[in-house]
Amino acid sequence: MKTGMLKISPGFEDIMPEEYRELVDNGPYGKNYGIGDLGSFKELLEEHPLCAGCGLALSLRLTLASLPMPEETVIVGSTGCSALAFPQVALHNIHSLFGNQNAVATGVKRALKLRFPDKEKDVVVIAGDGATADIGLDMVMQSWLRRENITTIMLDNEAYANTGGQESGMSMPGTVLNMAPTGKKFPKLSLPEIAHTSGCDYVAAVSPAKPKQLAKAVRRAILVARKIGPTYVQIFSPCPTNYKLNPKETVSVIRQREKDGLYQTKEFISEEAQAFLNTVEEKK
Amino acid sequence: MCSDNNFDDPGAMLLNGPRTRAFITGSEAVCEAVKRACVDMAIAYPITPQSESMHLIGDLYAKGYIKDYYRAENEFAVMAAVHGAALGGGRVFTATSGPGTLRAMEMFPVWAGARQPIVCAFMCRGVSLPPSIQPENIEMGMLLDTGMLMFHAENGQDFHDMILQAYLIAEQTDVHLPAGVFADGFFVTHTREEMMLPPEDFRLLPYDSNLAPVPTFDMETPPMRITRDPLLNKSNFISSSANASWHQEILAAAERARKHIRRFMGGLIEVENPGSKVFIAASGTAVSQSREAIRILQGEGIDAGLIKIKSIRPFPEQELKDAVEGADHIIVPEFNAGGWLAREIRASLDRNTRVTAGPRVFGGMTMPPWLIADEVKSAIQAAKVNGGN
Repeated sequence: MKTGMLKISPGFEDIMPEEYRELVDNGPYGKNYGIGDLGSFKELLEEHPLCAGCGLALSLRLTLASLPMPEETVIVGSTGCSALAFPQVALHNIHSLFGNQNAVATGVKRALKLRFPDKEKDVVVIAGDGATADIGLDMVMQSWLRRENITTIMLDNEAYANTGGQESGMSMPGTVLNMAPTGKKFPKLSLPEIAHTSGCDYVAAVSPAKPKQLAKAVRRAILVARKIGPTYVQIFSPCPTNYKLNPKETVSVIRQREKDGLYQTKEFISEEAQAFLNTVEEKK
Repeated sequence: MCSDNNFDDPGAMLLNGPRTRAFITGSEAVCEAVKRACVDMAIAYPITPQSESMHLIGDLYAKGYIKDYYRAENEFAVMAAVHGAALGGGRVFTATSGPGTLRAMEMFPVWAGARQPIVCAFMCRGVSLPPSIQPENIEMGMLLDTGMLMFHAENGQDFHDMILQAYLIAEQTDVHLPAGVFADGFFVTHTREEMMLPPEDFRLLPYDSNLAPVPTFDMETPPMRITRDPLLNKSNFISSSANASWHQEILAAAERARKHIRRFMGGLIEVENPGSKVFIAASGTAVSQSREAIRILQGEGIDAGLIKIKSIRPFPEQELKDAVEGADHIIVPEFNAGGWLAREIRASLDRNTRVTAGPRVFGGMTMPPWLIADEVKSAIQAAKVNGGN
């Protein structure tokens, strides 16, 4: 980030919105904050319009607070619930179309590499399960196979939530949802395993029920994408609205699923990524 | 190799500077243009008849003329990735044909909506079933309202020049829109012809994303919250008004492109035999066939003029009105079944019964000049029978 990019031009201080002034005075740029610092700085996500108890909103907050270098991070999103929140995120973030996020991110990352050869610029895709595992799966996997230096994060709420709760490839088998009136007929897609075999150097399946684990996975994924190769993080983010859950029970639903053996945390790390992470994490 | 640039005013140089003779194909002409265009990144996906040009551009990458190049997974992904690269501040190039154009369709209004000056070459061919890889330009009719600038090349020379001119026009701060440069596949791409090329060391100036009217997505360019208060998603009056005014601005930017098209391309149309009573108005290779038809007609004592339409978007309504003010007949030959050019011309003119929408060939058929000449004679004859001109 260019010095002074955030600075308010003299004379305009009083007309800039309060939340912008807070970002200038107490934002996370260049501070190396983590989720342990939440509450002490101005968060990147402001007044999001997502539903009460939205697992995705919680995952997004934790993800944004875990970015290793928010001041050099460009997000590529996709159509879906998260697209409603991204206009409120104080990072350069791109919403192009539904499903093309990893192709767009490929272009952004390569252009930024050309324009800033001496600077790290993290390009992070954050999209829903429909965008990642269904309509965009082709471009998601192709970006992994091409070994693009981008991080792909799926906010997995197991449905097309923004369009009214339709079945997605990430819904659990048997679940009755719109467009699956007699229950889903095939299993939840094992995208972490697919990511692993497609060459991702770091893969994790996490949830906001374990915030520290989520934060570590996001950070590791971004650092590995910078230096080694493509990375994937899948964040289980239940949808109270479409699954008719009590909004205050989002996190306990995740815990129950884990207890029932219907959700597992996962981590796959390539040898090269592990060696790199060892050096980075030892330094810390 | 962008640093080789020794030309302060590439636009003037392109229009009036020295040129050397070359005997090359249209695909090679595309490569010669891209070589001189200071392109940061090109992305390719195979489809006939486009592939050859993107092979040659791959060779340019291997030689260091382009900084990045790869073969993507499909045309939608190509157009998405060049969109990303443009948002990141790079000058990009790609090309496609017929079904590839339609596969990528969703991206074109997005390019315009994002105000990115992406230049894409379209080597037009048939679409739909029964399958055809043959020349046909129906895809142009489907792209008319995507918001991109559209230029139609008559031959390899045009194809070369229009690609360079497209960058000059599209990247103007008051335009900053994508530009499609179209040529009828095979007829132009695979035909070897004599062309005049700018000097080997001629280069466009590098793209400067700081001159863009929209911020670059690089975390270096303010404002931080580019999409604060979204133009979409909120179903209220303010968001729909904001969305509508954004789209009006895209149309306005295309209007502002006219003066740059006149400067860099010498005009939106070219008129031969001005003041004629009969005109053939065409774009693409139909122009060359029309020129031959006029020769046939002149041999039979019938005087006819030619209007070559170079800019399809923006469309030269006023230029056409002025050119055919005293004309009785306007014949519009086309290489597609739909007749999109005739519809455009009819919508631009008063007394539009003067317009004959044809002849039209498609499915890879050639358009013999006598077919056009016959259409002209039929129109004149019909008018005589009906007691008109």
